[in-house]
Amino acid sequence: MVLALLVLVPAALGLLALVWRQVRVQLAALLGAAALHLVLTAAAWVSRPPAFGAYLALDDVGLLFLSITSVLFAAVAVYAVGYLTAPTHDEPARLHRFVPFLLLFLAAMTLVTATQHLAVLWVAIEMTTLTSAPLVYFYRRGPALEAAWKYLMICSVGIALALLGTFFLGAAEAAAGAAPTLTLSGLMRAAPAMPRPWLRAAFVLALVGYGTKMGLAPLHTWLPDAHSQAPSPVSALLSGALLNCAFLGVLRFFQVCLASGDAGFARTLLLLLGFVSIAVATAFLLGQRDVKRLLAYSSVENMGIMAVGVGLGGAAAYGAMLQAVGHSLAKAGLFFLAGNVLRAYGSTAAGEIRGALRRLPVSGPLLLALVLAIGGLPPFSLFMSEYTIVQAAVGGGHPWLGALLAALLAVAFLAMAAVLLPGLQGRGERRGGAVREGFLAAAPPLALAAGVLVLGVWVPPALSRLLGSVATSLGGAGS
Amino acid sequence: MTGAPDVLLLLVLVTDLFIVASGRLKACVRATAAQGVLLAALPLALWVPRGDANLAHVVVIGVGALVVKAIVIPSRLLRSAREAGARREVAPYVSLHVSVLMGALLVMLSLWLARALALAPAAGGGERAALLVPASFATVLLGFLMLVARRYAVTQVVGYLMLDNGVFIFGQRLVGAVPVLVELGILLDLLAAVFVMGIAMHHIGREFDHIDTRALSTLRD
Repeated sequence: MVLALLVLVPAALGLLALVWRQVRVQLAALLGAAALHLVLTAAAWVSRPPAFGAYLALDDVGLLFLSITSVLFAAVAVYAVGYLTAPTHDEPARLHRFVPFLLLFLAAMTLVTATQHLAVLWVAIEMTTLTSAPLVYFYRRGPALEAAWKYLMICSVGIALALLGTFFLGAAEAAAGAAPTLTLSGLMRAAPAMPRPWLRAAFVLALVGYGTKMGLAPLHTWLPDAHSQAPSPVSALLSGALLNCAFLGVLRFFQVCLASGDAGFARTLLLLLGFVSIAVATAFLLGQRDVKRLLAYSSVENMGIMAVGVGLGGAAAYGAMLQAVGHSLAKAGLFFLAGNVLRAYGSTAAGEIRGALRRLPVSGPLLLALVLAIGGLPPFSLFMSEYTIVQAAVGGGHPWLGALLAALLAVAFLAMAAVLLPGLQGRGERRGGAVREGFLAAAPPLALAAGVLVLGVWVPPALSRLLGSVATSLGGAGS
Repeated sequence: MTGAPDVLLLLVLVTDLFIVASGRLKACVRATAAQGVLLAALPLALWVPRGDANLAHVVVIGVGALVVKAIVIPSRLLRSAREAGARREVAPYVSLHVSVLMGALLVMLSLWLARALALAPAAGGGERAALLVPASFATVLLGFLMLVARRYAVTQVVGYLMLDNGVFIFGQRLVGAVPVLVELGILLDLLAAVFVMGIAMHHIGREFDHIDTRALSTLRD
């Protein structure tokens, strides 16, 4: 019941907002859906909801990604209210083109996390593309349309391949002598007897298909465009929640490979694409001039780190899951701050931003903190997770991979710092004094930054247990 | 290689090559509609004679495919083409002759690939139609060809549709495994995708006065 409500509440409120265009209704639907979703997710932590019908079931991996999505959406909802009703915003009346899609997007992402039927998973991931594309071209300018078109075409094509991969798994399940079910449990039962070429082909198609959506290089080409052209709250949700959902698609196929006892092939591919992503992202971080594109490439880098962590296995799988949590919180916060910077300076070009520490008394220092956090510096959460992954690589007999990862992470951090930090310093009095930042613009990034900091110092036992059992189900070990 | 399913699949291959070879936008979209009709008939031809599948399920899939792939989407595409004022040619990056040649090579590659990946005939429907897997692969690959070798947004959507048709053909091995609701969900997703693409094309057409995707390459690093 809880699972059904988790999907249906945002979907119903989204449809309501689609037909009832009054501003007050839009805002109530947005905040109401966010609050209810958060409450239902908390209920799922207290007692794990039983499977609902044939399609909805929540396991540990699903619960982790559901929680990330829920927390992030709550932050996005609060921030979006301030963002959309700001007097400087062109036309606040456009609310009805924003809220309904945001809510349907949430429903689709929730379904991704709450199903273990791989065909339903596919339908849900495709729904996330379709519901978020209108959000990407919210501003309907030429570049936004270009970004939305690329996003739609590249992701839809990629995801079509993932469907082929899903059907391959079904064929392999049938060839293993079972009646094809396409459910995770059925596939994992049949996995040891599956013909290897089909299982491997299925994993390759899923990795390419969902990997496109997840932003793994060299399939990431849509990502910087979509993230830089979308409104900031949407970018936050794309980067912090959507990429994780696509990653979950890859992880489901990986779980089947693990059950087959032939995961080496899948691990090698994850490591390969992971390292390529980190390297390509780092190359584009160097000398990047646009703040939002910079953040987008940092997402490519982080998805690469997670792929590497899962590929390595052992304690690195735990690190990868902690990385997913930390990255989502920090990156969403950074996109909020990019939105505040855009409002204060009228641009996200790094060269235009000067003296942000003085001009934005809350966002400036927060930006500094979150740049350090996303760069993996202590005491933030991402330091813990990246350290765990590097240590696991070295301890697991891959010292060269560990060294390579550490070196790439260091370069990526320096590249980001070199772009963003100059904008924080200076006086910037040419453009006037400090800007008043509203509560709605400042509170969400502040809360997210606090979360990243707390998780770096202390991981609550319940979360730690969950991360551990997720890591175990991904062929790793709890920490 | 006999029987209705193989004849249908052979005709699918013919429409594949026709789409790749055709120089007119309208002909291209109409061939897509014809392919949709063939695909709608495929589940019926595959599963009804044996009588071992849920008949209602098979009929629902067939009718769903007919409505979505043969009627609604092609008419939406024709409307997009008219609205956006696209010229009647397909505007290839690669000349039509070369496209056909590449198409033929991709069909041969699919035949080889299907043999190489030979799946033991089991509960699936593979043994019912020798062409099922190769036709599926060929449609996917030719869809890719359309995606990369054409400039107009409409023809790119045609490519995406072919890709999806190829996956649909492969999915016919699994009738019964994918619940009918989910299968309809997949069709509905496709429909929604083409509609969202149609709306995007509408705005692109208004913004740029044409739907040549060459204009969509300003965002770069």
